[in-house]
Amino acid sequence: MPNILFTRRSFVTAGCMAAGLGFSGSLAPARAKGLAPTPSMRGGANNYRPGAPIVDRIGNGGFLMHGTVRRAGDGMPLEGQRIQIWAHTTEGHERDLRSHGATLTDANGEFHLEMPQIVPAFGQAHGHLAYDSGAFETVYLRPVMPNSKDTTLSAHFVLQPK
Amino acid sequence: MDTKNVSPTQRILVWGVLATAIVVPLALSALSPLLAWRQPIYIAAGFAGVSAMVLMLLQPLLAGAHLPGLPPRWGRWVHRLVGGILVATIIVHVAGLWITSPPDVIDALLFRSPTPFSVWGVLAMWAIFGAAGLAAFRKSLGLSPRNWRRVHTALITVAVASSVFHAMLIEGTMEIISKFGLCVLVVGATAKTVADRRVWKN
Repeated sequence: MPNILFTRRSFVTAGCMAAGLGFSGSLAPARAKGLAPTPSMRGGANNYRPGAPIVDRIGNGGFLMHGTVRRAGDGMPLEGQRIQIWAHTTEGHERDLRSHGATLTDANGEFHLEMPQIVPAFGQAHGHLAYDSGAFETVYLRPVMPNSKDTTLSAHFVLQPK
Repeated sequence: MDTKNVSPTQRILVWGVLATAIVVPLALSALSPLLAWRQPIYIAAGFAGVSAMVLMLLQPLLAGAHLPGLPPRWGRWVHRLVGGILVATIIVHVAGLWITSPPDVIDALLFRSPTPFSVWGVLAMWAIFGAAGLAAFRKSLGLSPRNWRRVHTALITVAVASSVFHAMLIEGTMEIISKFGLCVLVVGATAKTVADRRVWKN
């Protein structure tokens, strides 16, 4: 339906270009040789609650958050890393405890966590992910869904050893 | 428009279009499926934002005496009244969002938000507060009427453009076509009034 007049993406692009907003947040220098660590995204830590429990799924599920965790430099997949996830979903606001959960990466450095459908809030359908277990530098991500009807969202961590 | 020589048909048309432009975006926003997943304060904050956009359509029409049947003197009085309501509506919008998610609003107000639309929203807010402050302190500012009007118009131009970017970049409760239509009308009405009042001419 929105495509009748213009696509959201084209409008966003035009708006951004018109703004000439040079913020990108991705200008952090690569500190390790080889694979550079993932910088935290702006707003990534918003409504973060430390110590979210490891769960089989958040709420009733229906939406899949997934991604990978690797080590900066050599890119080795990291097993057993705790990733915390939260979002505004059909079952609760970002600040609600029930909207928060954590999962561990498998032997391939991959994580998957079912959660309720993410719905647009504060202008965008987006999720939040955090790594803050201590062995590596803390990273907060805030990926935006390309389409708010999507039922999956991915985010990838490259962690810098402390 | 010279509102003195308006036919009854034109009068009905103008008021009909205005009523539609006010009611339809608000009604469709009230039917948004997103409301099911929002708390009352967040819903109120969103509606305050939609209402502010609707009020921004009224303002140039009142300032430019484009509403048939409304004497210009009344129009200016209503323009000041609506300006006050607009400021209050923006405060409700920001306060409601702040209560809903404080870090997101703090990021926006400090211009460090990851979302471009919040930069536009904060810019529009300050431009409207500036335009309203200029009106509230008109006498004590001591500007010539021409300069006062130029500054007021400059602030309004920033406010209108920023508000349109703000609204169009958001995926929120407003239905996309009615939102686009309202934005076109706000830009059109503002441009027409600025052109008619010859703000930039000496």
